[in-house]
Amino acid sequence: MAAHEYVVRTKGLVKIYQMGEEILRALNGVDLDIKRGEYISIMGPSGSGKSTLFNAIGGLDKPDEGSVFINDVDMAQLDARELAYLRCHTIGYIFQSYNLIPVMTALENVTLPTIFAGTPTDQGIERGIELLNIVGLGHRLHHRPTQLSGGQQQRVAIARSLANNPAIILADEPTGNLDLKTGEEIIELLRELNREQGVTIITATHDYKMVNVSDRVVWIRDGKIAKIEDRANIDIQVGTMQGAEL
Amino acid sequence: MSGNPTGSKEQAQIRVQKQIQLPFSKAWQISLQGIRIRWMRSLITASGIFLGIAFFSSVRASGLFPVDTSSKEAIAAANRQTWLAVMALLVCFVGIMNAMLMSVTERFKEIGTMKCLGALDNFVVKLFFIEAALMGSLASTLGWFIGWLITVGIHVLTKGTADMGGAFWSGTLREVGLSIVIGVTITLLAAVPPARRAAQMPPVAALRSEV
Repeated sequence: MAAHEYVVRTKGLVKIYQMGEEILRALNGVDLDIKRGEYISIMGPSGSGKSTLFNAIGGLDKPDEGSVFINDVDMAQLDARELAYLRCHTIGYIFQSYNLIPVMTALENVTLPTIFAGTPTDQGIERGIELLNIVGLGHRLHHRPTQLSGGQQQRVAIARSLANNPAIILADEPTGNLDLKTGEEIIELLRELNREQGVTIITATHDYKMVNVSDRVVWIRDGKIAKIEDRANIDIQVGTMQGAEL
Repeated sequence: MSGNPTGSKEQAQIRVQKQIQLPFSKAWQISLQGIRIRWMRSLITASGIFLGIAFFSSVRASGLFPVDTSSKEAIAAANRQTWLAVMALLVCFVGIMNAMLMSVTERFKEIGTMKCLGALDNFVVKLFFIEAALMGSLASTLGWFIGWLITVGIHVLTKGTADMGGAFWSGTLREVGLSIVIGVTITLLAAVPPARRAAQMPPVAALRSEV
């Protein structure tokens, strides 16, 4: 298989946290290959290392050992400006707590990445309006985050993550702060974007609803990949899980 | 490209571009907007600077008037003034430091977010530099004027305008400069180093910080 089919590859990722005397290996040798256009869920209980893996893939934190390749480029080899370019153009981030800039309107939040990319202002605004329409917030362009509900804020964050047409969207617990119904809407939106725009979506989550839409589910336990399941097996899995929950 | 058998050569060709440096005008625009929208918060921060400098300036202004060297009391009073001026400087230092440190550290998360969106470290620092320089210079100028006005006003009301000769005005000019330089310097010292530290952190560390 040609290497460039993979948009993200990790090799032997290790991340160590020292807490006083205790040494915690949050990631303990993670190898993961993610294909272009896939919808991947990284699942695991809290403290399993899924957020650490998410941060390493997104270049938000440096692993202690191993490497992350984005489009076959080793992230450890990049200097600060190349890394900033990658964060700006190649990766879009969505966070559990939305992380919108509180002093900016929805539209300004969405256009901010286009400013960093050097897009002319009017083109950036055009793009921002287009994206806010896609996520269903065309009527809320000039509202500040505090004037929007959690679900709406997350939609703005999703629109923002798409601003520079990234190849990858990384979503850390995107439904973690949302109620059931809003969470489902956000998942549906991510799925649509994945299908229609071909963007690779990687979510770290413990929301079982996410399993339904994922192409593959990566289960993390104690800093290691416990198992990787693909779609065919997932349906059965979900059936039993929902059964168990009921 | 897939026909290329040497994978290493293929990899060597793949390069990531460097992120562009944004012009100063963009940083200026974003900073100004930040101050305007965070108006109440900016006002509170600025009043910290204002009060410090106003106190300093009012104490310094009483030194502008000639001291009657024949009177022991007047000399003792002048010495007390010097002591008070040093105290005023300290109070103003701590006050401004406190106001600015708070206003920067409560925005660490914002700094982390901006970096995730592709902001360069020095652009983030530029934002905080502009904001601090603007607030520092405006608040210091106003603070100097109010402090000076109060002291000089009281002097004029009680002793008349006889002491306001050439030395008084040249002294006043010196005090304007001193107040603004001190105000802006302390403001920048309190704002820029923590902003730089936050900008240089890995984004995840800045995002995680809760104040």
